[in-house]
Amino acid sequence: MSSSPTAMTEIRSPERSTPGSPPPALPRLLAGIRPHGAMALEEHLALHGPLPLGRGGRRRQLRERAAMLIDEIERAGLLGRGGAAFPTATKMRAVADARGRAIVVANAAEGEPASLKDRTLLETLPHLVLDGAVIAAEAVGADEVIVCVCETAGQSVEAVEHAIAERSRSSELAAGSPKVRLATVPSHYVAGQESALVNYINGGAAKPTFTPPMPFEEGVKRRPTLVDNVETLAHVALIARHGAPWFRELGIPTQPGSTLITLCGPVTHPGVYEIEHGASLASLIEASGGTTARVRAALFGGYAGAWVGGDRLHGVALSKEHLAPHGATLGAGIVLLLSEEACPVAETARVARWMAGQSARQCGPCIHGLDALASTVEEIVGGIAHPKAMKRLEQLASLTARRGACAHPDGAVNLLLSAVEVFSSEFADHARHGPCESCSRRPELPLPERPVEDAGSRKARRA
Amino acid sequence: MSHRVRINPITCEAHGMCAELLPERITLDEWGYPLLDETPLHGSEVEHAIRAARACPTFALLVQRDRSSRGERVRSPAR
Repeated sequence: MSSSPTAMTEIRSPERSTPGSPPPALPRLLAGIRPHGAMALEEHLALHGPLPLGRGGRRRQLRERAAMLIDEIERAGLLGRGGAAFPTATKMRAVADARGRAIVVANAAEGEPASLKDRTLLETLPHLVLDGAVIAAEAVGADEVIVCVCETAGQSVEAVEHAIAERSRSSELAAGSPKVRLATVPSHYVAGQESALVNYINGGAAKPTFTPPMPFEEGVKRRPTLVDNVETLAHVALIARHGAPWFRELGIPTQPGSTLITLCGPVTHPGVYEIEHGASLASLIEASGGTTARVRAALFGGYAGAWVGGDRLHGVALSKEHLAPHGATLGAGIVLLLSEEACPVAETARVARWMAGQSARQCGPCIHGLDALASTVEEIVGGIAHPKAMKRLEQLASLTARRGACAHPDGAVNLLLSAVEVFSSEFADHARHGPCESCSRRPELPLPERPVEDAGSRKARRA
Repeated sequence: MSHRVRINPITCEAHGMCAELLPERITLDEWGYPLLDETPLHGSEVEHAIRAARACPTFALLVQRDRSSRGERVRSPAR
């Protein structure tokens, strides 16, 4: 995908802006960014203050400080920003408690075609991410940090390389700091899955492995490994500086803080936005300059996510608890709007075929199930489907979901089932009458232009 | 302490031996891959399950023993 993150701004939830009580400051992560280029180390430290790390000390002191850091992240209520929204402190504690010297993996594989937030963060604010990774390393007792960046995100790779070099020249930062290195990873969809990332760093293919052991028990070099999304780590960098109460000034009790959202579709300025959890979808759209077409539906969470019909979008807020009644989540912070001009069935067919192609081709039900699902949707679009094709979709969905080593088939099935539900009349119409006029329009949902080669056959730079 | 059957979907190559040897727990889908009933095995089924696991040509069928509520320990069948 070639679209560049242009509009980066901040959004508060409307109920915050009551007169008399000034709203807490946003942006947080995106403070001080420029449209192009990365923030230099000096500027970064001037803006956010020095890295709050204890230097040296006895082993017991180190352990106490590490435990305090994790406690603070727990009080902040930080949830992972890679898609699963798992409590970060819980994961950190598991890694810290596991036997052996830990390793931290900062995950910016970002295989989701609609997501731009991780590469945006690295291109513009690499030091915020590296701060977070170094602090996380202190929290879990790691002596090594590996920053995994998608090999097609050239600017991110350059920015991280440059930032690592900058930090190594700073005697203050280099002292007592863990070793930080960059690894570029293949760009296919499942490469960013935790076990796939670990397997790749260990010299294998960037494909998920059978668990347990989970990475927190036995990951890179068989050591306990904390795999955290780069946005999660950027929040860690700020929580360590400003504390949990500050973090909770924004957001809602069940999901405190701010978050990055990639907004795609018919809006004036699609791109990456920082919002407060619980902000309304309307405020996000307004900040993007408004819609440029009528919206048929919104897809939350990317291609493993779920659709919400346009008639139900009024009043939707952006958080786990607000989206749950709609069967949706924010995933890795993705909101895709589909215009009324698009054909949702043709769009679903394209994405279903792409998702089938992104299978790591390791697990039979994923290989066969996703292919059969995509074929069935293609037959429906073409009007050549069996009369019971809709029933067949449901049957295939249950044969495919939760039967792989990773959640890839589950995500693809999730998307398909929600499309069938939200666009039921369009599906029925295509099954009966074949392609509609909109089927031949230029597709709206973003997909990478060239198919990605097999993970094993790619020669990428390893750590 | 209870036992369950579990499949490693990566190593499974749809030979179908498991469904032959443990039909009370395993059926095959339309592509030949096993569909498992993963509720705890009854006493007499454990032996059958272990026999089926041993017969799997790719050792993809596992008999898992729940130790605690975490239930994450996997025991490969004794060979």
